[in-house]
Amino acid sequence: MSRDQQLQQQNVARTVRRVLLGLVLMVGFTIALVPLYDVFCEVTGLNGKTASSAQVVGGAPVDTGRRVEVQFVTRNAPGLPWRLDAMEQTVWVHPGEVALARFAFVNVGQELSSGRAVPSVSPSQGARYFRKMECFCFQEQWLEAGERSEMPLVFQIDPDLPEGVNKLTLAYTLYPQGQAIGGYHEQ
Amino acid sequence: MTSRSLPRPVVQQSASEATAGGAAAGHHAHQPRGLLRWVLTTNHKEIGTLYLLFALLMFFIGGTMALVVRAELFQPGMTFILPEFFNQMTTMHGLIMVFGAIMPAFVGLANWMVPVQIGAPDMALPRLNNFSFWLLPVSFTILLSTLFMEGGGPNFGWTFYAPLSTTYAPPSTSFFILAMHLAGISSILGAINIIATILNLRTPNMRLMDMPLFVWTWLITAFLLIAVMPVLAGVITMMLLDINFGTSFFDAAGGGDPVLFQHLFWFFGHPEVYIMILPAFGIVSAIVPTFARKRLFGYASMVYATASIAILSFVVWAHHMFTVGLPLTAQLFFMYSTMLIAVPTGVKVFNWIATLFRGSISFELPMLFSLAFIVQFTIGGLSGVMLAIAPADFQYHDTYFVVAHFHYVLVPGAVFAILAAAYYWLPKWSGVYPNVKLGLTHFWLSVIGVNLTFFPMHFSGLAGMPRRIPDYALQFADFNLLSSIGGFLFGISQLLFVAVVILCIRGKGEKAPAQAWEGAEGLEWTLPSPAPLHTFDTPPEFVPERDSPSRH
Ligand code: HEM
Ligand SMILES: [Cu+2]
Repeated sequence: MSRDQQLQQQNVARTVRRVLLGLVLMVGFTIALVPLYDVFCEVTGLNGKTASSAQVVGGAPVDTGRRVEVQFVTRNAPGLPWRLDAMEQTVWVHPGEVALARFAFVNVGQELSSGRAVPSVSPSQGARYFRKMECFCFQEQWLEAGERSEMPLVFQIDPDLPEGVNKLTLAYTLYPQGQAIGGYHEQ
Repeated sequence: MTSRSLPRPVVQQSASEATAGGAAAGHHAHQPRGLLRWVLTTNHKEIGTLYLLFALLMFFIGGTMALVVRAELFQPGMTFILPEFFNQMTTMHGLIMVFGAIMPAFVGLANWMVPVQIGAPDMALPRLNNFSFWLLPVSFTILLSTLFMEGGGPNFGWTFYAPLSTTYAPPSTSFFILAMHLAGISSILGAINIIATILNLRTPNMRLMDMPLFVWTWLITAFLLIAVMPVLAGVITMMLLDINFGTSFFDAAGGGDPVLFQHLFWFFGHPEVYIMILPAFGIVSAIVPTFARKRLFGYASMVYATASIAILSFVVWAHHMFTVGLPLTAQLFFMYSTMLIAVPTGVKVFNWIATLFRGSISFELPMLFSLAFIVQFTIGGLSGVMLAIAPADFQYHDTYFVVAHFHYVLVPGAVFAILAAAYYWLPKWSGVYPNVKLGLTHFWLSVIGVNLTFFPMHFSGLAGMPRRIPDYALQFADFNLLSSIGGFLFGISQLLFVAVVILCIRGKGEKAPAQAWEGAEGLEWTLPSPAPLHTFDTPPEFVPERDSPSRH
């Protein structure tokens, strides 16, 4: 009888070891999901994110037979006393053409502060085809109290943009930089 | 943890000990008494009782919060409580019911019944079992204490979407995270224990396909817990880092993505809803054959259906996120995979009905609750299929229609199954039958109350009433009035259940024999009622051809 029990005890220990292994694997899987999600979104452009650093001008010829409407939208996240305005609300471009749009940043607050504009393209299947040669969104900006600054966005719509997409909206959300988000309630 | 530090299975000691607290007693010169005996117990029956009583307490605390919500929604334009407090009540109600009432109740039932149903003397890891239970009171004390902290308790909904639960969360959120971690660890340890018990401690000759379905469904549930609890732990850890350490997993300002939160949460969350229903399937599969006096129809298909539901539950999570802007192909995939789940679910309902077909049915209390479960759970399943239709869900999402759906599967579903289980096994636990008059009143008031509460929510939802709001437009007034009346009726009638339980604990009622129900099968009915503290110290005889629920 006691041999049976010893055997049973060993089996229990083995089951527990296996389950713990499964548990560790799932923890690893969860951690891996974060970079996997980013890679997935980068490849598919699914969450509307565009490249985070300057891209080179694509060499494909300009497709003059097609025109795409590009809209600019700006908004402010709470916590940053700045204004961001698109100086052109809409531009029409041919796919392949290099175009320029200007944006005005104003610090309406009382002190030097920093912020960053985070871009997002919709519809999201257009995000991958929105190429940016120059953008203020690649770095954070610093503005003195009352300072105004105009900054350019140089971009190109890839001619491979899917047929059905004729209008792209680029939304910039302005976020404060260098603040732990836990501080929200103290403001 | 290494294998060396594992608590030894109690089988070795229990044979020589006739009193409570098996392993713990072995380390103390004298037997702990009174309160300490319950604190230190490693006996699966006593721990099961602790879990069940804890779940009952949480059911009433969470229920009181629901009644505060229903009081506020009684009429439009009232301010019985402030909107800020209203949000805390809806959030805490959901968290407490899910993690404090339903899950611990099922774990309690598993503790009590799994060892006796498989002929084991105790759980495989009795001391770990004690620890998993006592994590829960700690966890929920912390969670409840957040209500008294500056800025109040969690107010972001039980799904705690970022950035509501990070950027805009009250300062108490770190305590909420700690509480969830403790509850999660408790569930994981409980699941390890249940798996180790079922896989290793079955009486000789009992193959997996000879196990009662309650054991089967719990085995599968335990694997689900092992798979998704780490994901929950990961999500709340990322929240903690975002809030306190300046990372931005879910914060768009720093390059994170709030939608990632929803993906991670629902990757945990959808299997979690099945964690709250699979053991209920097992309970109903035990009770229906007993009172139809027939063998369960399609034992093997029940097992396979449960397993396929569990596997499918990993690939449907985004049906909670149709409106976040998924690409068309993803919407189609999640729509069809979700509908696919309705197939094995339908198999189960079919098998229960086929078991009833031409049975000699009698309507004892557990049977009444089980039959009500089948009907009402099916209503919830049907509204689930409606919600699975992606284009339709754009209208239903975040309305009371969703609230109606998941309350139908959880209250007249899971909660009714737990009540059915209590009425079914109370004679075994306490030695006396539950009081029939009180039980019948409890049953009928519950059925009326629950349907009066949740059925009108389908209509207010379809008419466009959003969920999680403290006030609403005039046209929703009648539906909400009904829901509030039903809610109070249901809530108050649960006190009758407490009365039934107290009577049983005090031994007042008709004495139950070992075979408490005429048609019941299974090893638990070979034990005297009430079941002695230590049972099956020597493994019981089990002849598959005679005793297996899958025999031909
Ligand atoms: C036939 C099976 C089922 C289907 C097709 C189904 C489908 C769905 C869908 C599509 C939603 C999302 C609705 C929305 O937010 O717009 C949903 C929500 C929900 N379901 Fe189900 N469901 C089923 C069964 C269940 C079961 C068995 C449970 C639990 C026991 C459950 C619990 C929930 C919960 C808790 C929510 C809402 C979560 C929240 O947003 O707070 N469902 N269901
Ligand atoms: Cu789901």
